[in-house]
Amino acid sequence: MSARSQEACLSRRQFLIVGTSVAGSLVLGLPRLTAADGDERRIGFFVQIDADGSIVIGSNQPEIGQGVRTALPMLVAEELDVEWSRVSVRQMPLGIVKTADGFAWKYGGQGVGGSTGLTSNWVYMREVGAVARRQLIRAAANRLGVTEDQCSTRPGVVVCAGREIPYGDLIAAAAELELPAEPPPLKDIADYRIVGTARRTVDAREIVTGKSKYGIDTAEAGMRYAVIARAPVLNARVKSFDDTAAREVAGVLDVFTIEGPEMGQPYVILASGVAVVATSTWSAMKARSALRIEWEESPSADDSSERFWQENEQMLRTEGQVVLDDGDYEGAIAAADTVIERQYRVPFVSHASLEPQNCYAYVQEDRCHIIAPTQMPSGASRAAAAVTGLPREHIHVDMTRVGGGFGRRLTNDYVAEAAMISKKTGWPIKLQWSREDDMRNDFYRPGGLHEMRAGLDEEGRMVAWTQRLASGSKYYRRPDMPEENLWQSELYPDDFPRRFVANMRLEYFHNAIGLPRGSWRAPAHNVNGFVVQSFLDELAHETGQDPLQFRLDVLGEARELEYGNHGGPTFNPGRLSRLLKFVAERIGYGKSLPKGRGIGIATHFTFGGYAAHAIEVTVSDAGDLIIERVVAAIDCGLAVHPNAVEAQLEGGTIDGLSTALGLEITVRDGAVQQSNFDDYPLARISMVPAQFETHILPWDDVPTGVGEMGLPSAAPALTNAIFMATGRRIRTLPIGDQLKG
Amino acid sequence: MISFTVNSEKVTFDGEGDTPLLWVLRDHLQLTGTKFGCGGGGCGACTVHVGGRARRSCMMPVASIANRSVTTIEGLASKTKGLHFVQQAWLELDVPQCGYCQAGQIMAAVDFLERFPQPTDKEIDTNIRNLCRCGTYARIRKAIHRAAELIAEGRSA
Repeated sequence: MSARSQEACLSRRQFLIVGTSVAGSLVLGLPRLTAADGDERRIGFFVQIDADGSIVIGSNQPEIGQGVRTALPMLVAEELDVEWSRVSVRQMPLGIVKTADGFAWKYGGQGVGGSTGLTSNWVYMREVGAVARRQLIRAAANRLGVTEDQCSTRPGVVVCAGREIPYGDLIAAAAELELPAEPPPLKDIADYRIVGTARRTVDAREIVTGKSKYGIDTAEAGMRYAVIARAPVLNARVKSFDDTAAREVAGVLDVFTIEGPEMGQPYVILASGVAVVATSTWSAMKARSALRIEWEESPSADDSSERFWQENEQMLRTEGQVVLDDGDYEGAIAAADTVIERQYRVPFVSHASLEPQNCYAYVQEDRCHIIAPTQMPSGASRAAAAVTGLPREHIHVDMTRVGGGFGRRLTNDYVAEAAMISKKTGWPIKLQWSREDDMRNDFYRPGGLHEMRAGLDEEGRMVAWTQRLASGSKYYRRPDMPEENLWQSELYPDDFPRRFVANMRLEYFHNAIGLPRGSWRAPAHNVNGFVVQSFLDELAHETGQDPLQFRLDVLGEARELEYGNHGGPTFNPGRLSRLLKFVAERIGYGKSLPKGRGIGIATHFTFGGYAAHAIEVTVSDAGDLIIERVVAAIDCGLAVHPNAVEAQLEGGTIDGLSTALGLEITVRDGAVQQSNFDDYPLARISMVPAQFETHILPWDDVPTGVGEMGLPSAAPALTNAIFMATGRRIRTLPIGDQLKG
Repeated sequence: MISFTVNSEKVTFDGEGDTPLLWVLRDHLQLTGTKFGCGGGGCGACTVHVGGRARRSCMMPVASIANRSVTTIEGLASKTKGLHFVQQAWLELDVPQCGYCQAGQIMAAVDFLERFPQPTDKEIDTNIRNLCRCGTYARIRKAIHRAAELIAEGRSA
């Protein structure tokens, strides 16, 4: 970046600068961490235009497979007006800058969770592209002695009064011009050439040739390899260890204790353990298995799934915390013509991202370098700061491509561990978790027992509704979180059926199991979507109503309803109705089916986006389940990157079905019972039917996120189909062997 | 000292013979396209070809590879002919999401298509046992069929 950089204020008070790189390219973006260090690896820009007209766009968000590294540059390229084939994409590092009252983002907010990667950058990224295009237009106008309004662009070229100048010829002049105080107006959506069109994943070629770099692929000079032996029992501490045999393993460099967190305190790592550092991953792993460790008695030693479920049942017999009480629930249930009550049990599950946790850390006296597969790089920075005591502005966080997120990598415990080991040894180290480490030391999707009760009038309309949930809240780890707010991560009061049933009550009971909990793809929705859509199905069948018509009657016409939880500010039930009708029609809902065959439907609103599923199954007399056909549809407003929208709908559907079919984490004597894919059987390709359709139903001109929306309605559509096929209602997940015998 | 061939180049390894081929490839040869997923042969992210057949490299001690020939994802494309048909099909169908499992999926599919040049869905479902946590299975199945077409066309051309 040249010294002649100027600053301008864009929306959200982002500082943009314009200038030329050492190679003479036009660079529009942000200052580097260390100006003029000549280190091209540390790019701090959004847009670089080279003299040959090729474009490099920086992607500020972590790529976890959701396609953000393609979708965000599409926004920039659209407004910049360039050929997509000339665009390449580079990952930007975490950018934070110290201010008087804390830290501010240098490159816009960075972090992917809650399906916000696209929506939070929707305006900003287009503005970046529009500003860059405006610079080029002004440079061309100046050169030709015409006014700006006589100029326009076609891809990669400014067109002025009959003359054409390629962007690459304008970069030096454009870099001299001051940036506008306000971003120029954005394109009309009708004029889009890139946004909303089918584009392939930008990194696909690197992926299929094995060149793409994930966290696990990090190899830095002088790097050593580390693993940690972790307690088999939750929250157990190291009492002592014998490393005689471990130190005899070739390549072992050091063995030492990692102190664990204080029970009940907010913490950055999960547990105490013994770290092994070696000259290779295998040496470290081999030495770890040769360690003899004695663990202290754990306060969680009595934890078990059996006890957890028993306690939940006992809790539901008492009075819990009423967190929503609309109308007169008690009066309405007493006056109802029919009252139906059911219980649903949803288990703990693991994220099981295929790339096990890992992190490179190099802690030096005055600085720290982190390279991590993370969804939340700012959390990585905070974790490293907490461990090293270094100021955050001296902690540099690089993000790699991430081998699956699903919410697991919102938590940077493995970053803290890596920083601890590097700090202790003084070496640059790469910490590697095994699959067993990963499965036994997760922040699991909370399990819970749901008691549902509804009252219906003689016309079969819902007049009273309650959901009473006993679960282990994921908010238990939050600092300064009062006990009475723990429910907020497990129940979103504005979710359906609020405003559809006049008399509604939500009640919560917290069960403080020692098993760590965290965010898992579509948090709370992934559970409540199953429970609510299953219960609705039961209400329809019990009162002799058609499950589709019953839902359509309840949802009603398209209208914007107030929605105060994440994904608001409004929720339009007509968008769910439209999707439901669509998937039902596609699958032939209502057609006559042979014995043992059934169709189920479900729909759910998740974090601003809408999805529905219709699933057809066969269940044999012996209880063998075959998923014959899946029709999935999503309404994400404007689909910016349709290929990724479809991919996320496919993936979310398969994730929902795989989890419902066979996945559960259980605890016995304080130890997680599952450890690898043999006892945590993720679905394989054979689960996916040949007849698997995904559809995008566009709505308006504003995109919603897509990473989580495709999941919540998949499982209830499956279990509703099983009911139609067999008359057996699945109220406990996973389905497992329940259909056998 | 253990000698073997990787992607047509002779290599040697002078560490412990029980080191899995996976870690020799990744840590010692810097061929990181082959991925670690489970360490127990269950997920297939580490799939490479040994003697032309798909193998789980996390389960193979390097000593068992002595004098044998290994192909990894980095060596699948031909220097003269470009991407392998399976890689081309993967691009056409835009299979990857996170992409972490895909090198193993591709190596498994290449071997599978040599044994089942015109596969049915059933044959794919029975023989392709690699995990994809993102759920790209529907596209993987389509890409395998597409690769079979490309291979057949390539042979007849």
